[in-house]
Amino acid sequence: MSDSDPDSSSSTRTPAEKADFKRDLTGVVPHLRAFARGLCGRPDMADDLVQETLLKAWAAQDRFEPGTSMRAWTFVILRNAYLTDMRRNRFRGEYDEGVAERILTAPAGQEEPIHLSDLHRALLTLQPERREALLLVGAGGFSYEEAAEICGCAIGTIKSRVGRARAALTEMLANGDIPRRSTNDDAAHRAILEELDEVAAGNLSSMRS
Amino acid sequence: MVADRKQPTSDPGAPRRAPEWADGLKQLYDSVVEEELPDSFKDLLARLDEVDPKRGPVQASDPAQSPDGRGGRP
Repeated sequence: MSDSDPDSSSSTRTPAEKADFKRDLTGVVPHLRAFARGLCGRPDMADDLVQETLLKAWAAQDRFEPGTSMRAWTFVILRNAYLTDMRRNRFRGEYDEGVAERILTAPAGQEEPIHLSDLHRALLTLQPERREALLLVGAGGFSYEEAAEICGCAIGTIKSRVGRARAALTEMLANGDIPRRSTNDDAAHRAILEELDEVAAGNLSSMRS
Repeated sequence: MVADRKQPTSDPGAPRRAPEWADGLKQLYDSVVEEELPDSFKDLLARLDEVDPKRGPVQASDPAQSPDGRGGRP
């Protein structure tokens, strides 16, 4: 990583700046947890991932440009940590049935409640880059532009991934065709890892902060 | 590079309407956002001040180059 930030001159932050950083970092923790949970499914692993992210963000705080989005910045760190951990085989898209059942909520008056557990499981079977695109835009409320920035790819790519993710989910949910733990077998896992390499490669050129 | 891969959502006339589960996705996300922060996070955040960013925290590998890199491989 060579062509990174030119202004590492600003590498000493004042105590006030550090305090601001920490405040902002603290503020995004719930969002990091939500993003991580969506990415890797298992709450305990997701939280580990977030803790790792916080430490990395803290260590890299000089690279954060005050005034920019802390959420976007830390999401990049989190996703990179996730990709790395995926490669180390720590996550296998495992799904925590109990949790999803617990957060199953059917808004009053809605005839056919969506089973969030189904949705969550379906989500976890998506290709990783589609899943994260959908999480960022559809759940995290990022714009396509922001999501593209986070993932280090073109806006059109994000739009396409979100569209495909939506189509896949819609189909799975409509047909009740939700694989139980398809990401759990080795072949599928290998395929995911290959994709991850591409995803990671695509990301390298981006995100200069 | 524009999205010239074929658009998955065929929307002939249908004004791009969010699928019925779209709200569920938001709920999944928000339900975690609204959870109370576990103590482990409070502890970690409290401990951060003792960690000198320069020196890198517990995992010494290469956190400093992480936002754009693949992060520490083993």
